[in-house]
Amino acid sequence: MVARRIIPCLDVRGGRVVKGVQFRGHRDVGGIVELAQRYRDAGADELVFYDIAASPEGRTVDASWVGSVAACLDIPFCVAGGIRSVADAERTLSAGADKISVNSPALEDPTLIDALAKRFGTQCVVTGIDSRRVDGDWIVYQYTGSEKSTRPARRRTLDWVREVQDRGAGEIVLNCMSHDGTRNGYDHEQLNAVREVCTVPLVASGGAGEAEHVRDVFAGTGVDAALAASIFHDNVVQIPALKTLLNRSGIEVRL
Amino acid sequence: MIDVAIVDTGGANIASVRYALARLGRSGTLVSNPEDLAGASHIILPGVGAAGEAMKRLHASGMADALRNCGQPVLGICLGLQLLCARSEEDGLDCLGVVPGSAQKLQATARRPVPHMGWNTVDFSQKSRLLKGVPTAARFYFVHSYAVPLMDCTTGSTDYGETFSSVIEHRNFFGTQFHPERSSTQGATVLANFMELS
Repeated sequence: MVARRIIPCLDVRGGRVVKGVQFRGHRDVGGIVELAQRYRDAGADELVFYDIAASPEGRTVDASWVGSVAACLDIPFCVAGGIRSVADAERTLSAGADKISVNSPALEDPTLIDALAKRFGTQCVVTGIDSRRVDGDWIVYQYTGSEKSTRPARRRTLDWVREVQDRGAGEIVLNCMSHDGTRNGYDHEQLNAVREVCTVPLVASGGAGEAEHVRDVFAGTGVDAALAASIFHDNVVQIPALKTLLNRSGIEVRL
Repeated sequence: MIDVAIVDTGGANIASVRYALARLGRSGTLVSNPEDLAGASHIILPGVGAAGEAMKRLHASGMADALRNCGQPVLGICLGLQLLCARSEEDGLDCLGVVPGSAQKLQATARRPVPHMGWNTVDFSQKSRLLKGVPTAARFYFVHSYAVPLMDCTTGSTDYGETFSSVIEHRNFFGTQFHPERSSTQGATVLANFMELS
């Protein structure tokens, strides 16, 4: 059967990989190509590059580095952030990205998903969803790039999941906001609820603090992949050791 | 002078195939003119997107006939493998028909989302020329919603609830349902094996 995937997420700004430092902006952690190669060599199954500045600055993703990554990388990668139109996606995919991920722009105009799926095929179109529990229900948030801009999108998460897959999303990344940054583990309850209605691959995001959290989310929910950033960037978790743990726990992974 | 011809099937992501060839020291050129196939040593039929759109393009350019009659090794990747078959249930149409078989929609279940996306194993025959030197447990990257059932020319099969053709080899026609260009070291081996065929 198909292996569960481990997906490091790299935040990109100005052609470099950066790391958010609370209240103090961002610090440079290395070159995009160099880090992409390092994660590939460590056994990452896929990479996500998130252009953190594109959306807040109201511009499209800067595709110049996408080609450099595509030239060196022989595993799939997805580009997120700043993709607002079919033309933006075309530029990114033509440069060599395998998938593009849309979030806030799809909430502004859900037909963007239909247009992207029709032009490029559903397998290229990932929808990112930021969601948290409010009054006993899960609600979608948008413009989550900064605390100041974050606001509810007036949609129920489970409804939005059904809608985006009907419109042609080929994969969903569910970022569970109340767990994001806590390092206390993934939000199993929400992931299980979404899994119930989600017929396309589902990627868990938000909350990983140690290797056991990744094992637990695979053992405890039906997600296809786990995305994480800081545990990998801070060397809290090494991918080969993580995969050994998963394999020993009876979880199918690519070794 | 064209080294490897990459046939234009209308998909946006040809770059990853070109880069994978470059890593092997080969050069891929996107072609939409049948005449451009003549000088190429190898032909790659990539495919991302819908079968109907791709076949329309291949017919319009005259490429469909040129491919059926060409003598060089042809590698269909993903949708490209499906286009080599007789038919596709996607858009309900005839494909190139150089091998029999018909691409059918994978059925989504609670445990098996569709598209089938990720790294899966291939159960392959030792006579496979594409998978020569590949370890048995190797995984390859798949992303597709349609698949071709097992046929006489199937040399590799993959299980995703149902078992489908993940590698086919017939005369000068080869196909992989997975993406060798995105399947790390093992994928590079498959591409290198293909480039050694003549």
